[in-house]
Amino acid sequence: MNAEVKAAVAPEKKEFWRWQENTWFDESRNWRDGSIVTCGIDVGSVSSQAVLVVDGELYGYNSMRTGNNSPDSAKNALQGIMDKIGMKLEDIDYVVGTGYGRVNVPFAHKAITEIACHARGANYMGGNQVRTILDMGGQDCKAIHCDDKGKVTNFLMNDKCAAGTGRGMEVISDLMQIPIAELGPRSFEVDEEPEAVSSVCVVFAKSEALALLKAGYTKNKVIAAYCQAMAERVVSLLERIGVEEGFFITGGIAKNPGVVRRIEKLLGIKALDTKIDSQIAGALGAALFGHTLMQKQGAKKAA
Amino acid sequence: MIANYGYKDGSGDYYISIDTDKCIDCAADRACQTACPKEMFETITDDYDDEVTWVKRANCRTLAYDCTECKPAGGYTSLPCTSACTPGAIRHSW
Repeated sequence: MNAEVKAAVAPEKKEFWRWQENTWFDESRNWRDGSIVTCGIDVGSVSSQAVLVVDGELYGYNSMRTGNNSPDSAKNALQGIMDKIGMKLEDIDYVVGTGYGRVNVPFAHKAITEIACHARGANYMGGNQVRTILDMGGQDCKAIHCDDKGKVTNFLMNDKCAAGTGRGMEVISDLMQIPIAELGPRSFEVDEEPEAVSSVCVVFAKSEALALLKAGYTKNKVIAAYCQAMAERVVSLLERIGVEEGFFITGGIAKNPGVVRRIEKLLGIKALDTKIDSQIAGALGAALFGHTLMQKQGAKKAA
Repeated sequence: MIANYGYKDGSGDYYISIDTDKCIDCAADRACQTACPKEMFETITDDYDDEVTWVKRANCRTLAYDCTECKPAGGYTSLPCTSACTPGAIRHSW
């Protein structure tokens, strides 16, 4: 008698927090026709982006999750876009690193803070009317004022507390077992808008969310309460430096309408729209800085 | 540029603001850097190639504690950093 024994296999754990990595390039142009190719690499705490700018215009980008070391994350992000367009590192005239891992981008010619880069990137994405920028990153949040050229005039950041960051939203996504991209739309599927969760700490917000579920809240209502808490949190940061018309949101949470619409309601102004991925603002700004630096050096390739 | 260094947490807002426009050609010869008992300030070249003072990264997340002994309970009637900064570039939020 052959008794078949099967090893118990644990069910694969779904990772609801995983956001979509993506690559894009402008198929209507050929980078070989350009005279200056610059690259911005933003190695953030959660995501890494490589952006290519040809003659001062966005050409392509790759956005992916940050790995366990910054140099590899930078290389992988850039390789992802270079492979798609048949480019080699030596084809790039200037590389600027930004983000938390900016000093660990091995092939960068210069490192510039993410604050300056986000302002420059937002100025490109939202136009020269952008004055107030809210960057909701993976593990920090920044409020920035800039002038019509994208130069920073006032900034403030909070990287001590995860409340109001992308990581906080990922925690709620996993807790609710709902894909992170669905959180925003589902936060509006409620009969009435709930009060924001009271905790300003991600760890305690998680406990509070569980308590609300036990108290009979639907998942959507808990998500709505969390989106509202996040909006209130970042608005309090913005109010410290003041909000001017020409409001623009960068970072991954800009893709979450549940948070964005609630921020707009609290501020009483609408955020400027863009067709460009909000997550690449920092890397795009870095690449644009690279372009300006190349122009200053007058180091153009022979046409 | 107004640069705000510090953080906000459940206990409150703790930011030191530096007006770098007043800081570029410092009339006080960067006296804030020697006045601060914790030596929190240092000169850097910022993203726009200006030499300005900033709060060291290591102190940005612990300002509430680092500045405690200079606050009224520590016996100071005015903050050493803001007093030393005669151009008036430095402000505390708390």
